[in-house]
Amino acid sequence: MSQGNTGPVVGQRSLGGYLLSLLAWIVGVMFFFPVFWMALSGFKTEAEANADPSLIFDPTLEQFRTVTADKPGLLDAAEAFANSAWIVAISTVLCMALAIPAAYALSIKPIGKWKDVLFFFISTKFLPIVAAILPLWLIADYLDLRNTRLLLIILYTAMNLPLAVWMLRSFFAEVPKELIEAAQIDGASLRSQITSVIMPIVAPGIAATALLCVIFAWNEFYLAIQLNTSDASTVPIWVNSAVEFQGQFLAQLSAAATLATLPVVIAGWLAQKRMIRGLAMGAIK
Amino acid sequence: MTSTSTLSRDEQVKALQKKDARRRRIPLLPALIFTIVVTQTPFVFSLYFGFLKWRGNTTAPREWIGFKNYTDAFQNMFFREAAWVSILMTVSAVLLSVIFGTLIALLLDRKFFGQGFVRTLIITPFLVMPVVAGLVWKNQMFSFNFGVINWVLNQVGIESREWVSEFPLWTIVIVLVWQWTPFMMLIMLAGLQGQSSSVLEAAKVDGASASATFFQITLPHLRPYLELGVLLGSIYLIQVYDHIFTITGGGPGSTNIPFFVNQRSFGAAFAYGSASAYSILVVIAAILIANFGLRVLSGLLEGEEA
Repeated sequence: MSQGNTGPVVGQRSLGGYLLSLLAWIVGVMFFFPVFWMALSGFKTEAEANADPSLIFDPTLEQFRTVTADKPGLLDAAEAFANSAWIVAISTVLCMALAIPAAYALSIKPIGKWKDVLFFFISTKFLPIVAAILPLWLIADYLDLRNTRLLLIILYTAMNLPLAVWMLRSFFAEVPKELIEAAQIDGASLRSQITSVIMPIVAPGIAATALLCVIFAWNEFYLAIQLNTSDASTVPIWVNSAVEFQGQFLAQLSAAATLATLPVVIAGWLAQKRMIRGLAMGAIK
Repeated sequence: MTSTSTLSRDEQVKALQKKDARRRRIPLLPALIFTIVVTQTPFVFSLYFGFLKWRGNTTAPREWIGFKNYTDAFQNMFFREAAWVSILMTVSAVLLSVIFGTLIALLLDRKFFGQGFVRTLIITPFLVMPVVAGLVWKNQMFSFNFGVINWVLNQVGIESREWVSEFPLWTIVIVLVWQWTPFMMLIMLAGLQGQSSSVLEAAKVDGASASATFFQITLPHLRPYLELGVLLGSIYLIQVYDHIFTITGGGPGSTNIPFFVNQRSFGAAFAYGSASAYSILVVIAAILIANFGLRVLSGLLEGEEA
């Protein structure tokens, strides 16, 4: 092993170290490959996509144009993306608006049985959505909410709320009690305690939590396809319906799949460091 | 003093505490009420529907039939099969992604050229829409004719196979593991980064071997993170629907309980009464599993009580 620098277990400059780095690269490339292949195939013609795998071809935007074209009477890309964007944005904001005060009440000024309440929130995540779908359909139908954005906004908020409360509670728990007490002694109002002491510390956690809500809401398929098939359909439904799964469709499918995946993948790439903190550090402390 | 003499000091304190407790609860209420209304109401309906004979595709009136839907459920061979598929799918996907996630986290928790870039590559599958993951793997990776897997195998002289129809369950598990390994990796990476370097340093100075350090220091430290990963993974993976829908459409041996229950109602059978009875059974099973899961969670939160 090499010199005793801070590197854990295996040294960086030894042969073993180089091999492990190489292995990490290979694993990374393998994990990414299907996504790369999907994006690449989107730029091929159908003939090229439906052939032996090849990296060399003449890229074309034809498939992207085809899948994003207007389709009167059918769900087109613009409509699906608009629906998804609205539903995801509003449900995430709503989810945060409900979860932040709740997390505050479970950590900074904890109520008596905060653990039981937290467990109640989490326990709702164990209930299979499929077991609720029939009543949900009937209730939504009765209230004239089927095929509306509002319905999915409500359901996605409820779907993400337990995870949001859980993660945010742990971020709030990281705020040192002494800081809040010091602010109180200085006579800071509750409002200024929140804005000048608590918020700066938990802001990264709120961002990570919101991002996770965005990912789950953007990708949700089951509720959408059961409840919103004719209007207010979202992107996952569009991917399944934009392409006719007959004859040659691989290039078109790849183009549609790439477009559907892109927003969340980019958001995730930009926020990955925060997510690491948010997912585990927050959840355990 | 004189005016409040009817209340003792103790009582006054108690009243103040009560008021304070009530005030503390206020910020919690909107989230709590919203969650109760949206997530619990449907199950009350399901409970009632489960006792009815009710076909959604006929106009025949609903009929109260007591526990018949439940006794039928236990005799349904397909339900037992779906239960088995659910267990197999969840357990194998969770275990494999935790194991791979941990190994990859160990691999990434060292400084090397392109560390951040490689991490970015690996987390990408977690961000991919499940429906897209299913479609892309089915049509571009597993496909018989122009699938990448068969093409690679052909290069080393192995014959092409129909992966999806030969191994319906395992092709789904592979895609699930592909998507959830990055999630587990993120959790384990956070665990590794929270490890104190002075302890590792000390072990090194004491001449502990790499494997001893791993098994006696790193692994015990990672335990809560492993538990968290298993718990979160199970919550999401037991509900898998999208991957089955896109890869096999519920073909032989790949129908899990969510898919099965869905087929009893909207998917094909329109047996609303019976589907509701199945839903309730699933909820009961979920409560049992949740009880176990929450005990794990309770262990995670210990030490925070003080």
